[in-house]
Formats: sequence, structure tokens, C-alpha cells
Amino acid sequence: MRRSRTVALTAMAAAAVLVVTGCSSSSKSGDSSSSSAAGAGADAATKNIVNASDKKGGTVTFEMKGTPDSLDPGNTYYAYIYNFSRLYARPLTTFNPAAGEDGNKLVPDLAESMGQPSADGLSWTYKLRKGLKYDDGTPITSKDVKYAVERSNFAPDVNSNGPTYFHDLLVDNPTPYAGPYKDKEGDLKSIETPDDTTIVFHLQHPFADFDYLVSAPQTAPVPQAKDTGADYVKHIVSSGSFKFESYEDGKQATLVPNTNWDKSTDPIRKQLPDKIQLKMNIDQATIDKDLLAGNAQVDLVGGGVDPQTQAQILQNPKLKAKTDNAYGGRLVYLAINSKVAPFDNVECRKAVQFAIDKVSVQTAEGGPIRGQIANTVLPPDIPGHQDFNLYETKDNKGDEAKAKDALKACGKDGINTVLSARTERATEVAAATSIQAALKKVGINAEIQQYPQGKYLTDSAGAPQFTQDHNIGLMMMQWGADWPTGYGFLQQVVDGRAIKASGNSNLSQLNDPSVNKLIDDAAVNPDKAAREKIYGDIDKKVMEQAVIVPLTYFKVFLYRPDSATNLASTPAFSGEYDYLNIGSAK
Amino acid sequence: MTASVTTAGNEPEAAAPDGPAKKIEGRSLGQIAWTRFKRDKAAVAGGVVVILLILLAVLAKPIESLFGLDPDALHQDLLDANLGGLPLGDWGGMSLDHPLGVDPLQGRDLLTRVIEGSWVSLLVAFGATLLSNTIGTVLGIMAGYYGGWVDTLISRVMDVFLAFPLLLFAIAISTSLQGGAFGLHGLPLHMMVLIFVIGFFNWPYMGRIVRGQTLSLREREFVHAARSLGARGPFILFKELLPNLVGPILVYSTLLIPTNILFEAGLSFLGVGIQPPQASWGGMLQDAIRYYQVDPQYMVVPGLAIFITVLAFNLLGDGLRDALDPKSN
Repeated sequence: MRRSRTVALTAMAAAAVLVVTGCSSSSKSGDSSSSSAAGAGADAATKNIVNASDKKGGTVTFEMKGTPDSLDPGNTYYAYIYNFSRLYARPLTTFNPAAGEDGNKLVPDLAESMGQPSADGLSWTYKLRKGLKYDDGTPITSKDVKYAVERSNFAPDVNSNGPTYFHDLLVDNPTPYAGPYKDKEGDLKSIETPDDTTIVFHLQHPFADFDYLVSAPQTAPVPQAKDTGADYVKHIVSSGSFKFESYEDGKQATLVPNTNWDKSTDPIRKQLPDKIQLKMNIDQATIDKDLLAGNAQVDLVGGGVDPQTQAQILQNPKLKAKTDNAYGGRLVYLAINSKVAPFDNVECRKAVQFAIDKVSVQTAEGGPIRGQIANTVLPPDIPGHQDFNLYETKDNKGDEAKAKDALKACGKDGINTVLSARTERATEVAAATSIQAALKKVGINAEIQQYPQGKYLTDSAGAPQFTQDHNIGLMMMQWGADWPTGYGFLQQVVDGRAIKASGNSNLSQLNDPSVNKLIDDAAVNPDKAAREKIYGDIDKKVMEQAVIVPLTYFKVFLYRPDSATNLASTPAFSGEYDYLNIGSAK
Repeated sequence: MTASVTTAGNEPEAAAPDGPAKKIEGRSLGQIAWTRFKRDKAAVAGGVVVILLILLAVLAKPIESLFGLDPDALHQDLLDANLGGLPLGDWGGMSLDHPLGVDPLQGRDLLTRVIEGSWVSLLVAFGATLLSNTIGTVLGIMAGYYGGWVDTLISRVMDVFLAFPLLLFAIAISTSLQGGAFGLHGLPLHMMVLIFVIGFFNWPYMGRIVRGQTLSLREREFVHAARSLGARGPFILFKELLPNLVGPILVYSTLLIPTNILFEAGLSFLGVGIQPPQASWGGMLQDAIRYYQVDPQYMVVPGLAIFITVLAFNLLGDGLRDALDPKSN
């Protein structure tokens, strides 16, 4: 009968609300001592490893809302899979499993030391450790690392989820390399493997962050003989401390200790539990209940508890003491489309900068616990961040007079435009509503349009032609760095050459030659301090252009169950706990 | 055309025998139905509530401007930012200024938003019902009267529409038409899209009912009489048959309206209906779901509004059906 349709609607809506959030890894947490701290234990895991223990045995249960893009290390772009995959896939380098600042440190993993750049900075050499084996006992060679990079970066039709930094950075063959699936005989000449433990990467131009780049799971070895393309996720060969016992697509995965993993080849992994379970498609409220009851140890997505659980926890000092409120290494911002009139005029963009009441936006995002008010593009925890505010307003509450002056300078009395937000993100829509109300006061009429988040960057906000056709001048956005440096954060969002017809992240379509040049300068500069200064300068230039309105520096709010050991909130993975050594206390 | 045939449609039913003392009066079908309807207390109550709701919807804007209410005004000073933006105080921030409380994150007055949401929800539901009834009636009556290949064609089209994955299509069309179409944008566009999507795909239900009724009516004497007097197709369809179909159409409409209100709420719930900040009952409900444990009051407000409206229309519809067509019981 027709009336049952509404029931189906509700069920679908519930499912739609559960769609996963997040983009990629990043950033450190520094001072996340939250506002009204109750109980000594709050934020403990942002400073130290909590419940540190070497106790073996037990089961560690991970639960997640939705499903991951893929557990295949060569086919993922989520910070939580970058984090989780290290249990079964060892990249050349990885982040130190530690809390706070220490978590941002890069350590060699499959490689025995960090990369050796050549004098001209154009080639990087890594030596693998001795005695590395897969879970089936066969030895791991540098050729498998080379193959892993080829399959993850040169076959976008098969492994489409991950970024393709290697593709963009490595020297291509004279006839462009078509990837290992199409070109079964050939290979990428710019990755050399002179012997089974050495691998050399040849770059098009010097790239100072290369050690960070190889920390991506894309460098975790994959034996070519075992690679079944998109189906590889069903039979992943393990190089880490755990191996797959079972995997059910969209439901669950079970990991057990990898008996061929040798502690002597691995200074950072502990191999504590007897079993690691990953349960997918669990409702966030259920995950929270399981965490509180000790039935689950970790929320894999690591975005923090549901608003209701958050309120319950905050009202109970005992529970509050077991939480971590860390920076998620992410900026929540409003991108102003510099290609849609009248925002092609910098004065009109400044009017928006001055008009927005950031306190109202912060409240709509869920209050200080969910983010600190932002005035720069670089979050405070990315090296190179400088504190400045080009568009100061009293208490960050917006300034109508200044906004109207800017509007006048732009030659406008009022503006009609469209403000886009992602349907599934309720707080993003609420923040858009706050922005709309503030803009209305100065004569800017922004009509809110919601688009599904799964296609936000491919079909709507991230498709410049679409924004042009639909008069989308303002876009709600969040951005997290792919690795915690200024380059990893800024390049995709402000480099004019990163603008794409679809899947664009430079939503403002800023293409400023001086910004582009600074990005190039920083990439080739071998001096860390000099690089960081340049990133601060880029930030200032972008803010002068007024194309991004920083709203808040995103924070996660995690519950820390007693039943889990070795919990450390790491800035390298968006404030999530480091998943490498979590054990069961039971 | 002969004028005499027009009365044929209103042939009075034999009046029930009253007491011999009373003066015998001829009563029309409508009068009889009205008497029956009045006896049904639940239906009358439903009818009163429906009238009040329609008044509320029509007067929503004047009421707001009279009392200086702004459904989109933010009162974030009434929220506890450190608790994630929940309303301060008990019962979702109920106070004299905000009798039903305010919503989390934004602090907008819920009473004002429910009033504002009423005209959106009712207008969409009425518009969609009107659209599907118009299409359904015209095509249904033609299929029923003409029969043959006309009937086959229309019936197959109905089957196609019934088999259509309506919800998916609704989501697709609502998404693709966002941002401006047909010279419209913003709220008028969203409402028009909703009316179209809900109305255009629901006509076969009405079509089938009308077709069925027409099939039995076309064999009745007054139709034969009209035809033998030389009346042509369109005249018989709309002057002879249609007046006799008003009953079922009316009844079905009152039952369709609440379904459409729920459908509108559902689409807004999925984010493809009315866009924020415009208040709509479905949109409010969607928002409230996330706070059902810590701020249940928020969910109760739009939930109750939808519940009362749907119940009132259903009671009215059931009452009308019993009154107009007592045999169906």
C-alpha cells in the first residue's frame, strides 16, 4: 500500500544521515585543553599514551558508520584507512604511534632509514629492512613496493580512490605509462630497483616532502602475482603485524596475528590482541553505546561521538574525564568563487569576509568543542602557521559597517548568489544558515542549495562549470592535509594549477601566479624553516585575495573506553587514536 | 443539446420514509450525505481541525507580520555553546518568549517555525493532490467511457507509472532541478518541483478509481438516455458522468492529502525538498532526529503538527466516504 512508502523514506533517510565524513590525514594537536575541563583525565590521550600496556590477548573491536572506500592500501583516501591499513600493510615510512606532537614525527617503517635525496634533489633512495616477509612466508622485495606505487597511481580506472601524487611527481616513460593492468609487460622506468632491498624514485622536480609522500599506504608492498585489481581487497596479502582471516564486503573484516611478521624487523608495532574485528555500517548512536559499554574499543572513522552522546558525556564529569577533544587537522571554511560575478571583484569578497559572524557559525557547528574560531587558512597545528587576522571584527562577530563599505567599493548595493552545502552534514547546513543570516544584514542574498556529499566535489561544488551555470558564488567546505606540512595542506586548495574540471578542491578557483610560484619555491627548498615561512606567506597572500573565509579549526571529540589499551590521539591522522598498537584490557 | 438531460445526473434517490406526521420533503443526495456526515462526531472534529489548519496556513504570513515574528531569526544567546549548541533551560528552552522552545544550533523559535511550515506543507499537499486528481480524473474517465484501445493505452500507461521507482526519481529530479529552472528559483521552484513530483506520479491511483466507477456508470440509464438524445462524448463525460464521480474523488482527495503531506515531509527529510532556512515540517523533523534523546521536545513539535494534520484529514476523509457512499462499509 502507498502509505508504507513513508516508512521506507524514513529508513532511507536514516541511512543517508550515516554516510561517512572526512577526507584525509593530517596535523597535530598542541594545546587542546578544552574550555570547561572537568575531571583530570580529559584530553589525556592528546598528550600521552593512555592505558599504556604490553598485555597480550583479547579481541579489539573497531566499529564504523558507513563503509570505507576500500581497505586496499592502494585504493583509499580516508585518513582512518591510512591509519588502520598500517596493521596489515607497511609503507616505506610511517607516523610514530604517539600522542600530540610526537605523533607527527615520521619514522622509517619498511625502509631501514629515511630517504636519501640526491644532491640535485631529483632522486630519492630507500633501503628496505632485512628479513621482511609476507604472511605466506615469501620475502618482500623492493619490486613489490614499485609495483604497489604503479598500481595505485597509474591505474585510475581500477584503483580510483587514492590521490595520484606519485603520478604527478615521478618522471613518466617516453610513451606515457598506462599502468600495470593495461601494460602487463612494461613498467615505470623512473622507479628503479637495482636489488631486492633498494628502491630509487626519480622526480620531475625536487620535492622536499617526499618522505611524507611515501608514508601513504600506496607504498606498502603488493606482490604482482597476487594482485587481482579491484578484487585485491578481498585477499589482501599482509606485510604488517596482522593478517586477514576473513573479509565480507560492506559488513566486516577479521584480522589475526601474522605469524610471519618478525618483531626484529619492526620497532614500532606490538601485535597485542588475538583478534581484531572491524564491523561496518553501524549506526553512530550504536557505536557510541558500544564504546560506553566497552563492547567496542574504537570508532574507526574517528570523527567523534554523535551530538546526543556528546551532550550526555559533557553533562557527566566522570564520562567527560574519559574524552579527548583534539584538533582534527582540518579547516572548516567558506570558499568564495572568484570566477562567479560579482565575486571576481576582491572588494565583494571582502564584504563577505567582514559580514560573517563567526561566533554564530561556531555555535551552529556545535560550539567550541567542535571547533575553534579560525582566521587563517593554515590550522595552528600545521608547521608554518602564523597568527594573523586581515579582516578583524569585534569578537569575530562580523562588522556590518565594514562589510557595507567593501560592498560599496565593489560598486554594489546588494548581491544575489547561491551558497552550497552538503545535504548529509547537518552542522554544515546549520553553519550555512548562520552565514546566510549574517550576509542578509549587509544586502547579500545567499540562497542555500544542498548537494549530496558523495558527488559534492565531482559534480557540483568541485565542478567549475557547474558552479558557473548555477551562480554558486559561495561554497561550504572542509579541508584536511594529506600530510602535516604546509604543502600537504595548501597545494590542493590554493594552487591555480590544481584546478580541475571535476573533482576540483580549489573551490575558489584562485589562480594567482605569485601564490603558484611560492608553492613551487617551497616544494624545492631543502631548508625546513625557510619552507615553513613560505607557507605562512602563502596563507597571507590567499587571505589578501579574500577567496577563503576561514570559519573554524575543526576538533574531534572522542570517547576513550577503559577496555582499550595504548590510546593516543594522533595529529597525523586527523586526531584519531593511533590504531597500530591498541590492545584489549580484558 | 437538450436541456432536459442535465437533470438526469441528479436523479434523487428515494427518500427514506419519515414519520407520517412530518411533511415529506424531497432531499438531494448532498443533503442526505450532509445529514449522515453530521452524525459522525469524529469526522466533524476532523473537518473542524482541517478548516482551522487551512486558516492557519492562509493566515501564517499575516500572523507573523502582525506579531513581528521571524521564523529565521537566530537566538543563539539562548543556546549552551559548550554543550554543543543545545537550548539552555528545560524543555528545549521553553519560555514566555518562545512557548514551544527553540531549535538547537540556531536558536530559532519553534512556534513561529511550525506556523511558517504549515503553509508550505499544506500548499504542496493541496497542489500535488489537485494535480494528480486532475490528470487521474480526465484520463480515468476517458479510459472508462471509451473502452477499447483508449482504455488499453491509458491502463498500460498507468501500469508504467505505478511501476516507476517514484522515490528515486523524485530524488533525481529534485536534485537536478536545484538552482533554477523555468525562470524560477529558490522556494517557488522547490515547491513547484515537489508539487510536480508528488502530483504527477500519483495520478494512476485516482485514474483507476475513476475508471472503475465510470465503467459501471456508463451502463446506467441516464447515460443511455443522454446518448440516445444525441449527446456527444465530451458532454457525457463532463456533464453526465463527472457530477456522479464527485463523491469518490472528494473522498479520495482527503485521503491523498495526508499522504502527500507525509511525502513532502519525507522528501524534505531527505534534503531534496524545501531548502533551509525555509521552515517546513519535514525539514524540522529531519533536524530533530539528531537530538531525540537530549532534546526530545524539538522532535515532538513538528511531529505533533504532522500527526494532527494527517489524523484530521483521515478522519474527515473516512467520514466523507461513509456519508457519500454508505454501501462501501
